[in-house]
Amino acid sequence: MIAAMVHAIARRWESMLALVLLFGFVLFSLSSPYFLSVDTLSDATFNFTERALVALPLALLIIAGEIDISVAGIIALASVAMGLAAEQGADSATLAVTGLGTGLLAGCVNGALVTLGRVPSIVATIGTMTLFRGAAYAVLGDRVLKNYPASFAEFGQGYLFGPVSIELALFVVCALVAALFLHGTRWGRVVFAIGANPVATRFAGIPVGRYRFALFALTGLASGMAAVLLTSRLGSTRPSIAQGWELEIISIVILGGVSVWGGKGSILGVVLAALVFGLVTFGLGLMNIPGIVMSIFTGTLLILVVAMPAVLQRK
Amino acid sequence: MMSQYRDWSPVARRDLNFALLTLALLAAVVFRYPTFAAPGNLAGVLDDTAILIMLALGQMLVILVRGVDLSVAANLALCGMLAALFNRSFPDAGILPVLVLTLLAGGLLGALNGVLVWKLRLPPIVVTLGTMSVYRGVIYLLSHGSWVNDNEMSRDFLAFTRARFLGLSTLAWLALACAALFIVALRRMPAARNLYAAGGNPEAAACSGIDAGRMQFLAFTVCGAIAGLCGYLWVARFAVAYTDIALGFELQVIAACLIGGVAIAGGAGSALGVVLGCLFLGIVRSSLPLVGISAFWQMFINGVVILSAVLLSARPQGSRRATLESPR
Repeated sequence: MIAAMVHAIARRWESMLALVLLFGFVLFSLSSPYFLSVDTLSDATFNFTERALVALPLALLIIAGEIDISVAGIIALASVAMGLAAEQGADSATLAVTGLGTGLLAGCVNGALVTLGRVPSIVATIGTMTLFRGAAYAVLGDRVLKNYPASFAEFGQGYLFGPVSIELALFVVCALVAALFLHGTRWGRVVFAIGANPVATRFAGIPVGRYRFALFALTGLASGMAAVLLTSRLGSTRPSIAQGWELEIISIVILGGVSVWGGKGSILGVVLAALVFGLVTFGLGLMNIPGIVMSIFTGTLLILVVAMPAVLQRK
Repeated sequence: MMSQYRDWSPVARRDLNFALLTLALLAAVVFRYPTFAAPGNLAGVLDDTAILIMLALGQMLVILVRGVDLSVAANLALCGMLAALFNRSFPDAGILPVLVLTLLAGGLLGALNGVLVWKLRLPPIVVTLGTMSVYRGVIYLLSHGSWVNDNEMSRDFLAFTRARFLGLSTLAWLALACAALFIVALRRMPAARNLYAAGGNPEAAACSGIDAGRMQFLAFTVCGAIAGLCGYLWVARFAVAYTDIALGFELQVIAACLIGGVAIAGGAGSALGVVLGCLFLGIVRSSLPLVGISAFWQMFINGVVILSAVLLSARPQGSRRATLESPR
């Protein structure tokens, strides 16, 4: 009985991630005396919060059988929009709204291409990724925008209370909302249903297109939010901002156990994967291992994660 | 003539239309800026597009069998670094060992993708996302993060891509040879027809004795070998090797395939279309400075071209999730 329960828990992907997390935690606290302090750990959260915020809605999108490769392009576009608004003397609140609005709009473009234009989402978002980042380059060229008001730094650098940054608090709230939405509401069940079988879901009278559109818009909005936080944290905008993040964010989602075939996944897994990602980035940084070497680790981990069930099923 | 046109396959018609469009673009640029038509300039355009053409043809094979290879640029960079390091250690070895080395190394890296997709039935997008990171990381380990500059490259190593024959560089000739080979082979070779069959309908292909997984393995291996060779060509052309060369180039390569009419759902596309797609992008890129548009607009224009191409060729229903599904 107990063995069966242990077996059931051990079979869950989330338990594996938690184990990796625990192992990494112990390893890093043993190998660096600076690791286990509240300030250090609080600092470390900045390594993943922005990416993780985008990973949440992207997980929903991938569970629904779609994908969005343009998220980093949206971040760049939204950041440029904010930078231009800041040059016109906009205040911090207006800047945040500009960033969120640009993200939402870009997400709607993706949604429209996929639902109205009937373009496969991977193709559509490769196109818009090029378009959005291209627009950022076209507008900025080799310029840098950094005329942000002093109070704008609060979003990405401020703390809510004690060691809890505004970014971290935002992520926790968004993760709870996403988990409630996906695992606790009828709409969440529909997202799973669309991913498992879109045609059957459509025949069940569910407006599949509208759900897809909404999920793309939501992912755009979250990218806009990440743009606000990242721009605020860096205090400047270059067209190359968040370069390559799309693949890191997708890696977090897949590492979290979300099936690329759609229909499977959990928010808990994505959150744990984001923590693993942040922990490994930060821990290896403490041990003076360059980020590019860490990419060998994440790449291998990613393949192992998807290979594991396949290998286990074969025997 | 018209009835013949109507009898053509949709792919052939698309290729003809696209060829006319590319010619129209060329004509428009030449009409406004006659110097663009100078043989030297056109050869330059081909030179600039050569690596893209080769990579896109390799990528096309993978997309045909319902895959996608995101690791081509990392593969290219890794093999480029291998070539540069080999040349630094054995400057007098000549060019042949470098070519063999990069083809083999690239093929091996591609085969690794292929084995994971074939034997473990993993989704290609995830496998190549992973190997992309791994290959980039390995470059850093090999080079310790340092650059190999042109003063560390032998004369032969650098001269090979620049050698001219009948006004065209080796690079351009290689691209043309590759294009001709693909155009003929994809129509005539049984193995190549099997690629189309495996991508178009894996179950039906399996019934006629074609192993779709094996076809995917072959496609990834060839794509990798081409990427490896392009690694040397890239490093020799730009006379420098470092960890980040061709960063993000994989998406340009995939975009060129899409513009060229390769269906992301697999099973459809022509080598001629892909070559035309690359040439189209190449002409746009080299005419920008003439028209007085900053090079920073290049990416934006690429985006507009990709979206127009896919919107025009969007298929009505079904096969939407096909890229994420590997045939079983």
